Amino acid sequence: MKRLKNFLFLLAAIPVIALASEAGPPLDKAPVNLADQDSLQRGARMFVNYCLNCHSASAMRYSRLQDIGLTEDQIKDNLMFAAEKPGELMKIGMTKTEAKAWFGATPPDLSVIARSRGADWLYTYLRSFYRDDSRATGWNNTVFDKVGMPHVMGGLQGEQIAHFKTVIDHEGKETHAFDRFELVKPGSVTLAEYDAQVGDLVNYLVWMGEPAQLQRKKLGLIVLAFLAIFFVVAYYLKKEFWKDIH
Amino acid sequence: MSALQKMMGWIDDRFPLTATYKAHLSEYYAPKNFNFWYFFGSLALLVLVLQIVTGIFLTMNYKPDAELAFASVEYIMRDVDWGWLIRYMHSTGASMFFVVVYLHMFRGLMYGSYRKPRELIWIFGVMIYLALMAEAFLGYLLPWGQMSYWGAQVIVNLFAAVPFIGEDLSIWIRGDYVIGDATLNRFFAFHVIALPLVLLGLVVVHLVALHEVGSNNPDGVEIKKHKDPVTHIPLDGIPFHPYYTVKDIVGVIVFLMVFSAILFFAPEMGGYFLEQANFVPADPLKTPLHIAPLWYFTPFYAILRAVPPLFGSQFPGVVAMGMSIVLMFFLPWLDRSKVKSIRYRGTIYKIALALFIVSFVGLGYLGLLPSTPIATLFARVFSVIYFLFFLLMPWYTSIDKTKPEPERVTG
Repeated sequence: MKRLKNFLFLLAAIPVIALASEAGPPLDKAPVNLADQDSLQRGARMFVNYCLNCHSASAMRYSRLQDIGLTEDQIKDNLMFAAEKPGELMKIGMTKTEAKAWFGATPPDLSVIARSRGADWLYTYLRSFYRDDSRATGWNNTVFDKVGMPHVMGGLQGEQIAHFKTVIDHEGKETHAFDRFELVKPGSVTLAEYDAQVGDLVNYLVWMGEPAQLQRKKLGLIVLAFLAIFFVVAYYLKKEFWKDIH
Repeated sequence: MSALQKMMGWIDDRFPLTATYKAHLSEYYAPKNFNFWYFFGSLALLVLVLQIVTGIFLTMNYKPDAELAFASVEYIMRDVDWGWLIRYMHSTGASMFFVVVYLHMFRGLMYGSYRKPRELIWIFGVMIYLALMAEAFLGYLLPWGQMSYWGAQVIVNLFAAVPFIGEDLSIWIRGDYVIGDATLNRFFAFHVIALPLVLLGLVVVHLVALHEVGSNNPDGVEIKKHKDPVTHIPLDGIPFHPYYTVKDIVGVIVFLMVFSAILFFAPEMGGYFLEQANFVPADPLKTPLHIAPLWYFTPFYAILRAVPPLFGSQFPGVVAMGMSIVLMFFLPWLDRSKVKSIRYRGTIYKIALALFIVSFVGLGYLGLLPSTPIATLFARVFSVIYFLFFLLMPWYTSIDKTKPEPERVTG
């Protein structure tokens, strides 16, 4: 038994080893709340205005925005700049080849971006652009180094520069680590307002990653309730049948 | 004679319907002392049916084409009525199949269900497990995400490690120099037709063999040794139907509650059932930083990585990984204990089994992580224990101090 205990102890130590190998700056928690339809609608507006020019969301139909409380007319009048019918997919005019030539990399389709990157990553990323003259776009990002995307929402957030500090890592090597941002040119909204706007956008991206998720959770409760009742019935049926088995 | 009886008589004259029903359900006598661990056989059958039915519906909208596959899965998730439900049932079902099968196999290890006269049941079972792994691997390519693509790349490259013919072999498997449309098409064909047929056939022979010799039980004693002198029914046996059908329904409901909790509230299961990187379409030019197979393969993946390369070839690792499964086939003959069930085994076997489980789970955990020197060291220790569990079994089971088995089941 002692050998077993030793092994269990060693096994318990593994997660510590795993954590030590993780890297990258810490991410801020995204304020995701899919029950907040106003936030989702504001996020949808941000999305079509700022993202849906270079990025597509080719699995997403405009008409699906009805699920977050918009009417078909609202969608047509306010959100459809590049499509004729609400049933169309959120595609863009730019081709992949053009995108590659202009940006160096094709901007990814955003249909399921929240599912691959995670909400916190997106929320932090969209708030972490800083001025870097060594980049062709003039922008860099602390979460995504040497990113090809310029700061599309720089007009809102303003321009910030990043301060780095020298730290000594656990192997004794000197490395550059991000310290803090400094706003050098204010944007059209305050930083708090910008955070809220990005929060809405990320909230929308999370919803768009799986538009059926609200329905899924609702249905899940019904299914579990049904199974719970069924369990009671089945349990007593079993008991009744088995009472003569000893 | 009622109309129903008449009809049954008509059928029975032409097809052994009543006889089959009796032999496998109403007059199949199972030990009365099955415990919790005996739910997982019927649950595995349930998940198999679930996978086949949801798979058929997915096939109606999925497109096995490198250009269209990824988008067709999202189409199923968004535009097909209840498509998201069917897709999540299938993806959750894949992982839950392995959960159920691993618990089912652990039951076999605990109670010695592989021992004489059930060697063939065990062998068919290991074959089912192998077919299931192939089925899962092939199916995982179909969504055509980054992990689908690179996971398949890594596994097919294992065949390239075979000396002399490896390179040609891997090209033959892929149908191309890299994983591509040809690979996707053939994997689809194998996933939806070939492997399901093999699986169903193996499940049938697994059950036929089981019903021929009868089920083992937590005491590991044969109920057929004590039969009623008149009816010849085992004294400790009860008809599978209705006793175990009503009992299994309870198990099924509990299982479905767990299944539904995952499906409806955490279908990605924190990245273990659906990996985050698989929501990025396959890109042959961009290798992900960290490629990990799905959780149910990771013990074997860890063994593969634990073995150091020989002359720059990964072949020894591939052989070790293959051997880790091949050894399972020999289990019935490696075990020399006088008793079957863990209840009457001595301390040595109990420690051996505990170490084996810790190693298997430990390997599974390590297989998820990027390779580091410490992780590799742990993986090597666990791999050695894994193999010693099998290789030393003839020795430690024969010297182990066992307790006497009871004559009848103890309930």
